[in-house]
Amino acid sequence: MLNVSGLHTFYGPGHILQGVDLEIKQGQVAAVLGRNGVGKTTTVRSIMGIAPPKEGRVVLGGTDIAGWPSHKIARAGVAYVPEGRMIFPDLTVVENIEVAQRVRAQKWTIERLFELFPALAERRTNKGSQLSGGEQQMLAVARALVTDPKVMLLDEPSQGLAPLVVRELANVITRLRDEGVTMLLVEQNLKLAEAVADTVYIMVKGRMVYDASLERFIEEQDKVKSKYLTL
Amino acid sequence: MDFVGFLLTQCLNAFSQAAVLFFIACGLTLIFGIMRIINFAHGSLFMLGAYVGYSTVAATGSFWLALIVAPIVVGAVGIAFEKVFLSRLYARGDGGAYLMVTFGLAVIMGEMIRVIWGPHPHGVATPDILRGVVFLLDQPFPKYRLFLIALGVIAAISVWQFLERTRAGLLIRAVSQNAEMVQALGTDVQLVRTCVFGFGCAMAALGGVLAAPMVTAFLGMSASVIIDAFVIVIIGGMGSFLGSIIGSVLVAYVQVFGAYYFPNMALAIMYLLMLVILVVRPGGLLGKEE
Repeated sequence: MLNVSGLHTFYGPGHILQGVDLEIKQGQVAAVLGRNGVGKTTTVRSIMGIAPPKEGRVVLGGTDIAGWPSHKIARAGVAYVPEGRMIFPDLTVVENIEVAQRVRAQKWTIERLFELFPALAERRTNKGSQLSGGEQQMLAVARALVTDPKVMLLDEPSQGLAPLVVRELANVITRLRDEGVTMLLVEQNLKLAEAVADTVYIMVKGRMVYDASLERFIEEQDKVKSKYLTL
Repeated sequence: MDFVGFLLTQCLNAFSQAAVLFFIACGLTLIFGIMRIINFAHGSLFMLGAYVGYSTVAATGSFWLALIVAPIVVGAVGIAFEKVFLSRLYARGDGGAYLMVTFGLAVIMGEMIRVIWGPHPHGVATPDILRGVVFLLDQPFPKYRLFLIALGVIAAISVWQFLERTRAGLLIRAVSQNAEMVQALGTDVQLVRTCVFGFGCAMAALGGVLAAPMVTAFLGMSASVIIDAFVIVIIGGMGSFLGSIIGSVLVAYVQVFGAYYFPNMALAIMYLLMLVILVVRPGGLLGKEE
């Protein structure tokens, strides 16, 4: 569904992505792990067109969308759940979702989203700034889903959430995967990644240095973790 | 009774002044909210509106037509300016560049107006139906100023409802909170910016046409009105639409009553008001501190 190859992205003089390759199959969840500052967020922002890549291809269902402006990438079917959630603080829960709903959702209608996130349904007229971190995260996911995306990019959704809320988030992502939503999940939280991913990538210094199925990753994880993930 | 009548007419006078100020301040604050641009040319667009209004009345004899033509012409000028110049500056994120470019536009427009319409003021006749006065508690009050109040109220409610109830209004509010996120959710933010800039310019032009029967179209009108508009936007809170309504009313009241009771200090009182509000609420009445 999404095929990224040879992605190079710069921030000023900084060469942040140095040839990123990754692939997500339809209906699967790929998790990208890695220490702080290796370029995980930049990978997501490059795919989304917010930090346009200098080189490389981002192929979505046969179309190369690399270098497109981000609103066109969104319309092509990529949904974005950003780091820090980026909920509109002065808009209500419903309005936050409506911003993303350019055309009426077919699969993920607002009614259906409120079924999926009952906590949001109760707070539909509250402002974004009045929600808890967990509620904001659910809202960010709901806002992405209402576009009926082909691929959803989630950038560190567990950040700053209590363990109990992270477990709830894992349940939601698992349920979405079961419904066939293709996802790229960037995470520092190994437990969450292990709970939902089909494949695992590990990123070091702007490149993917490891990729494997979840089963193989779990087999090899003692070795892999000490090599790439612990400080 | 005399005093009550005096008070009533002065209050209405202030509201009519507030109406004209609102037309210029609401565009200024919307543009600031969505683009983080301080549009120094806004006073000149107001002035251009007055001159285009004058020419429309001169050519057709219809003030009502001027109220339609001037916003369209000036809105188009604004859209062209945004597309050709401002849109190239967003990526640089450099506030100083906007100041220079919009200030430059103000100077160029002032000179072009002088070249096209000449240095002398041009009077615009009040339409027949709005000429004369009505008596309120035995005090005469110009019909035209009542018309301004009505129009100001209608415009304020319309724009407010547009922002609150339509999808375009929702997008405008969202862009003012996080433009990058709106773009990543599939909306062409550049298009939203162009439209808001054009709309703000059209509103300023409407204000210019409405002011012309009272003050004529003259070359200095941009300078005084832009300062009032800045004070309003700062008092109300940069980017706050409701703040621009409250600010317009406050400034108009200070101007009208200040001019009556303290004619030498009216301007100073306006700045004093701004100072007090900024000390109490540094972001303005309805603004956010950044």
